[in-house]
Amino acid sequence: MLEIPREILDAVIAQAQEGFPLEVCGLMGGTASRVTSRYPMTNTDASNEHFMMDPKEQFAAVKAMRAAGEEMLVIYHSHPESPARPSQEDIRLALTPNVCHLIVSLVNREEPVAKAFRISAGNVEPVEIVTAKAI
Amino acid sequence: MNLTVNGKPATIAEETPVSLNYLLEALKVEQREYVTVELNGDIMDRGDFEGTTVKDGDSIEFLYFMGGGR
Repeated sequence: MLEIPREILDAVIAQAQEGFPLEVCGLMGGTASRVTSRYPMTNTDASNEHFMMDPKEQFAAVKAMRAAGEEMLVIYHSHPESPARPSQEDIRLALTPNVCHLIVSLVNREEPVAKAFRISAGNVEPVEIVTAKAI
Repeated sequence: MNLTVNGKPATIAEETPVSLNYLLEALKVEQREYVTVELNGDIMDRGDFEGTTVKDGDSIEFLYFMGGGR
């Protein structure tokens, strides 16, 4: 289970909508399974089909999480034109341990779909997203 | 030598400077070809991992490449 404040999930979806037709990406920090922060990242690929995070922004986000007593809980990105499920490339490049991967699909832009997964050694398991009001 | 690795104190047995590649191996970092390294605040080019030395007191951050595609 992954608990994400409604405001943070809405902000991720808004980022995906604003970035359309390109993929957008970012990180979420928190403790245990509760997300408390979001760090939008630059997709250095600037692509409709791929994303790659800017390493400088990644390091800055991780340090900010550490300073706030958080851990990296989620790596998120959008699929502008494909479903909210990890692609083969997503699975192959899911290298960071102990994080969830959240994907926002804009196949139907009027009704974005967000789903989360744990990906380890090529295995994909869905993770329930529980939205909550920010503390 | 004493280092700071991802914000935490770390010690390796070697007393003299070692290469970044050696350090990643000593720290048992898996899939090193997908790791990005920051040494004392500077992001290192992968091609420089072997030629870059790490010495006592240095601060190292490493992250896995984060990317994907549809």
